Amino acid sequence: MRNSTKLILLCVATLAIIALFLGKGLDAHNYRFFLSRRIPKVLAILLAATAISWSSLVFQTVTNNRILTPSILGFDSLYVMIQVLLVVLAGGLSPLVIQPMLNFSVTTAIMAGLSLSLFAWYFYGKQRDLFSLLLIGIICSSLFSSVTGFFTMVIDPSEFMAIQASMFASFNNVNGALVYWTIAPMLLCLALLLKLAPKLDVLWLGPDNATSLGINVRKLTLQIMALVTVLISVATALVGPVLFFGLIVVSLTRQLFSSYQHRLLLPASSALAAFLLLTGQWIVENLMAFETTISVIINFVGGSYFLLLLARNKVN
Amino acid sequence: MIKLSGLSKKYNDNFVVKDASALFPKGVLTSIIGPNGAGKSTLLSMASRLTNSDAGEVVIADKPLNQWDNAALAKRLAVLRQSNNINMRFTVRELVAFGRFPHSQGRLSARDNEIIDKAMEHLDIQHIADRYLDQLSGGQRQMAFIAMVVAQDTDYIFLDEPLNNLDIKHSVEIMGAIQHLAHDHGKAVVVVIHDINFAASYSDRIIAMKRGQVIKSGDTVEVIDEAVLSDIYEIPFTIREVEGQRICMYYR
Ligand SMILES: Nc1ncnc2c1ncn2[C@@H]1O[C@H](COP(=O)(O)OP(=O)(O)O)[C@@H](O)[C@H]1O
Ligand SMILES: [Mg+2]
Repeated sequence: MRNSTKLILLCVATLAIIALFLGKGLDAHNYRFFLSRRIPKVLAILLAATAISWSSLVFQTVTNNRILTPSILGFDSLYVMIQVLLVVLAGGLSPLVIQPMLNFSVTTAIMAGLSLSLFAWYFYGKQRDLFSLLLIGIICSSLFSSVTGFFTMVIDPSEFMAIQASMFASFNNVNGALVYWTIAPMLLCLALLLKLAPKLDVLWLGPDNATSLGINVRKLTLQIMALVTVLISVATALVGPVLFFGLIVVSLTRQLFSSYQHRLLLPASSALAAFLLLTGQWIVENLMAFETTISVIINFVGGSYFLLLLARNKVN
Repeated sequence: MIKLSGLSKKYNDNFVVKDASALFPKGVLTSIIGPNGAGKSTLLSMASRLTNSDAGEVVIADKPLNQWDNAALAKRLAVLRQSNNINMRFTVRELVAFGRFPHSQGRLSARDNEIIDKAMEHLDIQHIADRYLDQLSGGQRQMAFIAMVVAQDTDYIFLDEPLNNLDIKHSVEIMGAIQHLAHDHGKAVVVVIHDINFAASYSDRIIAMKRGQVIKSGDTVEVIDEAVLSDIYEIPFTIREVEGQRICMYYR
């Protein structure tokens, strides 16, 4: 089957599941109510799916690996930690915490600062091997989770309840307030990534060949890391951390679409991600009656797959 | 013309290349020879902006390297490193097409496709154009990478050990193709070569390095000399002329 046919089929399937999601049990009387709740949710899942899949794909390209994703390196646990620290430092009623857009921008700015230092360490330091990056990432991400856990227990319980809903988004508790606000920064990031896509293709040949072909590898990597940070912030703000989802989606996309072109891989990965997330969420809601969350399923499947990859490739 | 003057590079306080100077004129095939670890690859990558130098200057077409914009330079200078491991599947044609990236930014025109075809013809690999690189022998893959460099169509070409892992037939073909680029297309071609007799037979000029320093550089006949080579490689060399060609013997 040709790649374009596959992409079209995938999009049709995704549209079908969107229709299923939005349309269930609608009638002339209740449609306003249901749609006003379902549209932000579906939109949030679509945005998150795209943010996660695109950021994981391009991150793997610039770091020239197929195992690590920003989430695995702790980017989204960093996001959650910053949220908790904001509550601790500024108080649960501070505009920094309760104003969604301000909160999102501040958190993203802090994330960008930290992830660009990771970039500096990785690319200007002496050892730039994947294994040390993985170790640092895993250490950081468990550090972030521990800090988050600690302060969550320290916070005044009533204050915590008030902010919990907006702070810890998940698929069963999508952050609807933020959805429309994140559309503009998302579209900007996506447009920039599509523009950089042909340069990203050249990076497959390795940094030296890419330099020979006129790519400024450091500058490109810096641009990509900045965009990845914004995308991860969007995804985490909307649906919370999903550790292994990016890894699964990018791997599946590569298997389904054997192409090197980011102009194809990027849209394909977001169609696949949206399809998987919406289908998973639909199953959780309708067949499992919210007994579990899709994150649990993703992390179980993804974690096993991650271990398999590690065992097979020995990281490098 | 590319001019290197007083180039040095240190790793961990040891000079890997020290005060190296050289000229790479257009229309000339220059070989860099020397034992392992002599600093050949380091010199080549400093000359082609893949590695920063700690001292000295590289001047490309009368403009210092640091004043060149990388994208503009890619239309003038191409470099291929010693080993090229890629973890993505490409067909030979797709790989060669990347050579046009500096000119087309990924949107191939009819003229780009023509140049890609010509480059593959030049290395005689049209018959494997649609095969994937991972289905090819090391030699065929190397030919594909060189075709990519040829498709880039630059005035200056640097190749680090292009004959690595190649059998005699492929080596002869590649050296012939490279020589053709220098003599008939007027390009400045610089290759690192281990096989002294290939260097002696095909190059116009040779730069001999040892322990980071340029020991001798000049026309091929000046460098392919018993005293010079014995000094560089620290083994006895015997040189004979066979059909007007200097051939080195060093096996005993
Ligand atoms: N990135 C590096 N870090 C430390 N030492 C290096 C590095 N690259 C090369 N060297 C050292 O520099 C010396 C020259 O290397 P190289 O230029 O590759 O030699 P050649 O190509 O002549 O075999 C070697 O001793 C090598 O170990
Ligand atoms: Mg070398």
